[in-house]
Amino acid sequence: MISEHLVDLSRLQFAMTALYHFLFVPLTLGLSWILVIMESVYVMTGKQIYRDMTKFWGKLFGINFALGVTTGLTMEFQFGTNWAYYSHYVGDIFGAPLAIEGLMAFMLESTFVGMFFLGWDRLSKRQHLGVTFLVAIGSNLSALWILVANAWMQNPVGAAFNYETMRMELTSFSELFFNPVAQVKFIHTVAAGYVTGAMFVLSISAYYLLRKRDIGFARRSFAIAAGFGMASICSVILLGDESGYEVGDVQKTKLAAIEAEWETVPPPAAFTAFGWPNDETMETDYAVRIPYLMGIIATRSIDTPVTGIKDLIEENEGRIRTGMTAYALLKKLRDGKDTEENRAAFDKVKDDLGYGLLLKKYTANVTDATETQIKAAARDTVPPVAPMFWAFRIMVASGIAMFIIFALSFYNCAKRQEYKKPWLLKLAMLGLPLPWIAAETGWFVAEFGRQPWTISGILPTHISTSTLSADSVLNSLIALVVFYTLLLIVEMYLMIRFVKQGPSSLHTGRYHYEASAERS
Amino acid sequence: MVLDYETLKLIWWLLMGILLIGFAITDGFDMGVGILLPIIGHSDEERRIMINTVGPHWEGNQVWLVTVGGALFAAWPLVYAMAFSGFYLAMLITLFALFLRPVGFDYRSKIDDPRWRQTWDWALFTGSIVPPIIFGVAFGNLLLGVPFHFDDMMRPIYTGGFLQLLNPFALLAGIVSLLMVIMHGATWLQVRTLDSLEWRATQIAKGSSVALLISFALAGLWVAFAMDGFVITSMPDPGSAFTPLLKEVSTRAGGWMLNYQQYPWMIAAPVVAFLGMIAVFIFSQISKHGLAFISSTISVSSIILTAGFSMFPFLMPSTDNVNHSLTMWDAVSSKLTLEIMLFVAAVFVPLIIIYSFWTYRRMWRRLDVNFIRDNKHSTY
Ligand code: HDD
Ligand code: HEM
Ligand code: HEM
Repeated sequence: MISEHLVDLSRLQFAMTALYHFLFVPLTLGLSWILVIMESVYVMTGKQIYRDMTKFWGKLFGINFALGVTTGLTMEFQFGTNWAYYSHYVGDIFGAPLAIEGLMAFMLESTFVGMFFLGWDRLSKRQHLGVTFLVAIGSNLSALWILVANAWMQNPVGAAFNYETMRMELTSFSELFFNPVAQVKFIHTVAAGYVTGAMFVLSISAYYLLRKRDIGFARRSFAIAAGFGMASICSVILLGDESGYEVGDVQKTKLAAIEAEWETVPPPAAFTAFGWPNDETMETDYAVRIPYLMGIIATRSIDTPVTGIKDLIEENEGRIRTGMTAYALLKKLRDGKDTEENRAAFDKVKDDLGYGLLLKKYTANVTDATETQIKAAARDTVPPVAPMFWAFRIMVASGIAMFIIFALSFYNCAKRQEYKKPWLLKLAMLGLPLPWIAAETGWFVAEFGRQPWTISGILPTHISTSTLSADSVLNSLIALVVFYTLLLIVEMYLMIRFVKQGPSSLHTGRYHYEASAERS
Repeated sequence: MVLDYETLKLIWWLLMGILLIGFAITDGFDMGVGILLPIIGHSDEERRIMINTVGPHWEGNQVWLVTVGGALFAAWPLVYAMAFSGFYLAMLITLFALFLRPVGFDYRSKIDDPRWRQTWDWALFTGSIVPPIIFGVAFGNLLLGVPFHFDDMMRPIYTGGFLQLLNPFALLAGIVSLLMVIMHGATWLQVRTLDSLEWRATQIAKGSSVALLISFALAGLWVAFAMDGFVITSMPDPGSAFTPLLKEVSTRAGGWMLNYQQYPWMIAAPVVAFLGMIAVFIFSQISKHGLAFISSTISVSSIILTAGFSMFPFLMPSTDNVNHSLTMWDAVSSKLTLEIMLFVAAVFVPLIIIYSFWTYRRMWRRLDVNFIRDNKHSTY
């Protein structure tokens, strides 16, 4: 049997590296479009200052981009190194979007990003703008494909199990691509990236305005960020993930966990704004409930019920029992009793095979599981509720806070008085960490909420790992933490240094520190 | 699509070869430049010249590696799973080395301080020298066979350790791979730099082409006369879907040479590889730098083809249970996945080649000290 340590460490390593990768990803996604906007204005108006803006924010973009690429490499390797059984079991489906991402998106993004930095005097204005545009398109396409892959883990459509090859195989590429979960995920995540880019530019510009330096530069940047941010935060909030919840087994469980909805209640359900979900008693202590709201958020209607956790567990227990039958039949088929009859019987129950595999955590043979083991496995199908409940609320609260910041900034920009309002500028600076907090908690909700599955309803996390010793994963985890911390320190050091220098770092002779000091 | 499964499997074997060649000939020269950085770049300005010859391109070049990884996952998931998890430590070392490159290139010139820059020079050196050695060593081990097998649920299990990867033949393969990258990087620098850098690069190109020729020949003799190759003795219809557990394999001395007997045209690959190395030497000697670079490109591609031809149809032979060896017939994805991915590759690979060429053409020029001095703040 597979050691619990190995599984936990592998999960921890994946979570750590993915969350770390996603520190850099959203800024790339958002800033690349802001660069396109700035450079377009430059090409249209010919005003030098917009070229400087593109170059300066482009420098910061580059510092971030380098770590985006670095940490992305880990992700690309990690399915093979740490999730070998997973890679075998679903590679036929999951590998495709990853490979397409490389061919279609990364190649585009990375081939042209070098031209963005170093091609200023080798390309015409329009050609350079085109290059910037292709970088932005490339990064967005990469988000599309990786999220198609990720959404398939949440809602595995267009695939079937093949007992001869012992793996899932693709049956429909269009179902994979048009997965409804993928669509909502793409919009939500990419818009979250735009919000990040906008907040980044907004906060730093606010800092210059507060310091009363490079005013023209900062006001223009602030305005672009406020406009772009306003549009993006609205998309994130309005086009949130809810519609994805109509599909998929895991999504239902997630929804119930997010809302700490222990019992199925008649619609429309109330929304628990605060409380302390207790996994032992299966109740939420100190709950503050707002009537109707939950039903509306979750199902976009007032007459569809939201299934409660207790009912979900019961439902899953039934599926685990069917899964045991499926597992027994699979054994027969693979042991050469490949008869018409066995195959027909297996086909009937094979959709629940994954639920049978949940028992692998408790017994290698699955079919000999005891009642207690079955009950425990059924209980496992719901992730711990309190972390889900709270992570989700942190994301939403950050979202609302950012909405307020962008709305105020946008309004004051329109009235051309943003630079005169120190409280607004301070607020904008305070908002800087919010998009990262929201995005990281968002991923936590999405991925932790998928437990105990890697592929919802099909492949339990427990058996997805590589056959490694727990020690080797522990060592790699430590090495990654050390290495990543060092890289982050260097990155932050450079970021802060260049932010402090501001556009003076371009050495054009036109900005704050040069006008007063250097001027050579 | 009209292609049958067997043909698709074959096409994918070729396509993986093409992607690998793409990686070796593009990332190959910028890794070569990284290795040569502290060796022939004697001053900060010289090192900046070297870095800026690859500055606009290394990023795109590296994506060939990412794409090889993705395509491996999509087309040969079992190889991706087994190789990456089996060679766990080696993979991580490669990964850590690769980390140093993006940050090295991007951050080095951001601060004008000798200690800062020297640190990144060594980072770039390490990031460039480790991967080719490890890839070479890993490939050497593929030829020897790797200790792994599958259980009844098709779970891949690796039974070896890390140190046994470092056997003499594998180390020789590592040297071949390293010299290949150095030669390629040196010929690149010949065409893209001037004066003393150009001269030093030429000397390195000449030296490394000779060294490569000798080590490649040694490796070839070793494989032919001192090593057991793997041979399939029976297997299901190659046009059907089956797992690696269903065939029979045996080993025999000189087994890796059988393909050359059966398909004599394959000998062209090693022959062209040797001719390419000789051409690199001659063209460097007579200062035909462009031709030297082209010869190097051809030679590198042929070395990879030689490796592929020798092992065909094997991808990762097993020593635990020779029958479990992974081949391009049984470690592959389903027909539908291969079809779709072939379509995607057929559209995008040519497109990638076209726009990459465009960027190379745009940035093509020889760089010298004046270029660095004029663009102090806007280049790497
Ligand atoms: C929503 C977007 C998103 C998500 C969920 C992920 N990535 Fe990512 N990734 C990007 C968006 C992105 C990007 C915006 O395209 C990056 C970030 C900065 C950059 O340079 O490109 C990138 C870079 C990047 C690179 C470097 C590409 C290069 O060399 O140019 C690789 C190999 C990966 N990623 C792989 C992954 C894998 C295997 C993931 C799954 C676990 C993953 N990323 C999650
Ligand atoms: C295509 C994109 C992604 C895929 C395919 C993916 C896949 C996985 C896998 C295989 C695991 C480990 C097994 C498990 O515990 O379930 C995992 C865990 C996790 N991933 Fe993702 N992930 C993706 C993107 C991300 C991103 C971008 C983040 C956040 C930045 C993220 C956050 C997490 C977290 C927090 C966990 C740990 C959950 C736990 O405790 O088990 N994932 N994901
Ligand atoms: C304010 C209202 C918001 C709502 C109702 C909302 C809703 C959700 C939900 C339900 C998920 C889980 C999706 C899943 O399980 O697959 C999610 C994930 C996520 N959220 Fe939010 N969110 C909001 C705001 C934000 C903000 C402001 C950001 C970042 C700036 C953000 C970033 C993310 C990210 C990156 C993910 C993970 C990717 C995904 O699953 O789509 N969210 N969000």
